[in-house]
Amino acid sequence: MTTGSGRPPASWMSRGGGMETSRFTQLDPTTWRLEPSGAMRVPVVIYADESLISSMDDKVIVQATNVSTLPGIVRGSYVMPDGHWGYGFPIGGVAAFDPDQGGVVSAGGVGFDISCGVRTMLTGLSVADILPRQKQLADSLSRQIPAGVGSTGAITLDAAEMEAMLEGGAQWAVERGWGDEADLERIEEVGRMAEARPNYVSDRAKERQREEMGTLGSGNHYLEVQGVAEIFDHTVADVFGIATDSVVVTIHCGSRGLGHQIGSEFLKEMVVTASDSGIVLPDRELACAPINSEVGRRYLGAMRAAINCALANREILGHYARRVFNHFFPQAELRVLFDVSHNTCKVETHLVEGKQRELFVHRKGATRAFGPGHESLPVALRPVGQPVLIGGSMGTGSYILVGDAKSETQAFSSACHGAGRALSRHAALRKWSGRKIVDELAAQGILIRSPSSRGVAEEAPGAYKDVGAVVAAAERAGLARRVARLRPLICVKG
Amino acid sequence: MQVFEAAPASSIQSSEPARGPRWEHFAHDADIGVRGWGSTPAEALEQAAHALTAVVTHATVAPRSEVSVSCSAPDLELLFVEWLNAIIYEMAVRRMLFGQFTVQIENGRLKGTLWGEPVDVAATRPGCRAERCHLHGPQGRSR
Repeated sequence: MTTGSGRPPASWMSRGGGMETSRFTQLDPTTWRLEPSGAMRVPVVIYADESLISSMDDKVIVQATNVSTLPGIVRGSYVMPDGHWGYGFPIGGVAAFDPDQGGVVSAGGVGFDISCGVRTMLTGLSVADILPRQKQLADSLSRQIPAGVGSTGAITLDAAEMEAMLEGGAQWAVERGWGDEADLERIEEVGRMAEARPNYVSDRAKERQREEMGTLGSGNHYLEVQGVAEIFDHTVADVFGIATDSVVVTIHCGSRGLGHQIGSEFLKEMVVTASDSGIVLPDRELACAPINSEVGRRYLGAMRAAINCALANREILGHYARRVFNHFFPQAELRVLFDVSHNTCKVETHLVEGKQRELFVHRKGATRAFGPGHESLPVALRPVGQPVLIGGSMGTGSYILVGDAKSETQAFSSACHGAGRALSRHAALRKWSGRKIVDELAAQGILIRSPSSRGVAEEAPGAYKDVGAVVAAAERAGLARRVARLRPLICVKG
Repeated sequence: MQVFEAAPASSIQSSEPARGPRWEHFAHDADIGVRGWGSTPAEALEQAAHALTAVVTHATVAPRSEVSVSCSAPDLELLFVEWLNAIIYEMAVRRMLFGQFTVQIENGRLKGTLWGEPVDVAATRPGCRAERCHLHGPQGRSR
């Protein structure tokens, strides 16, 4: 099998760098389809309104087109409304591969922060409960949640515990006392990714993780205390346990150094070995291996171990948050609404042309969004669908969506994952001062706690696109429906 | 003159020839691109390492400790990424920042020496942590 470059000609690109839409067939207000040509095996389908697609970098279509050339891809190369320029795959990219059709698994298609994701916890408190103690709560969370460059956690794993963590995920964390048993049913895979193979994780990756459990990291990772500002769907909100002015805690982070090390090591190996499998890579960051190959199997085993690392890490951070809240609000009981990843490759059964097929679904910066009735959902959520947790920026808020039944036919039950950047870190750093942003947000009632004012500048609210437009487009496209909008009260960042 | 960069070739501002060893950053969406110039690949890689440290901190890093690294790759592009990832690894596990670098390349094998100090958040005011270096478009070429 071979792949050639499906790179579209330069004439497809707009002069301003934004995407030229004239080559697409617009199927409806939020669905844009590019028919296969050249080496493309399937169409590219972008879900976005006209404004969002026009503002997407033209490299998004180059990358989505490259993905469409990979062996064994099924039905389409999809881009979510928050799609932007990534590495190999676009961020916001979704692609499913059939191992029986020569399908591949791609380290770049999963992303480097393997199983980066979002957890939202209900507090049972109201905004009015929080406000009198907002500053003390912010300071305490900031002290208790290790974040930023050079930070280490309070947990050090020896070799045996490292293996146990990589096998057990959040279940391991709960067994060690960092979390509650009841949390597990609200975590994807019930908190433990099966078929993880810690023996395929390198010593270097394990070494990077040894002192990083229970740490938030830096960049766009955060822990936020949020108030529910608006309810869109009261029926689903009732099932989720949220109401206007109720308070939730949301954590965004992933598999820390371990995931990055695994991703980097396998990317190099897949680049070097791709030609042995007859794969010609249109972009080296699209490095991949057949699912049914020795490299592919090893990557999948290591990637699943990294998923467990991320699930364990978010469980521990949730436990820390619980501890702080219990100090200030002894009556508060933090319960997990849901914990979902947006950088993964999962084996799932999907209906394709009338047949149930087992596929390897890559979601890179895209959230799984199962609709009502899906058997993997907890019984309490099954009637309405899966919570889809969307991070915005520290100034503009976030959203809780719910999986839509239509999403299965749209993009293998997938939705967006965030706002997407409007400005690079480099540009943000030139434009904003971290100190000034902290002061401005404080004046709006949002307390930022970060060891790095430079990091705050890089994550300035203005550096992100309008998350409201992204989720509205996702809803219009049938990917997921809006349930609630959240506004930040406290944001702890690395 | 050699230039190494971790970003798409299309973003190179190549109208001005480089006049000596130097480095710079450039925008790359959620990440920051690094570019190093030198009269040899080794020199360009040393410069790119300075750019990498400057992603994390603008402060001067004192050369208090020495760390040796080695890596190999079938071509210079991959070697460039391996080199930066080796530095990132040492930053992560030693919780150090590095400010001086030497590189020797022989038959696809790189031997490097890093000099630096433990992270002092108050003194160096680090920004985001460097987690990995991407392959996307690293270019090694002569000018």
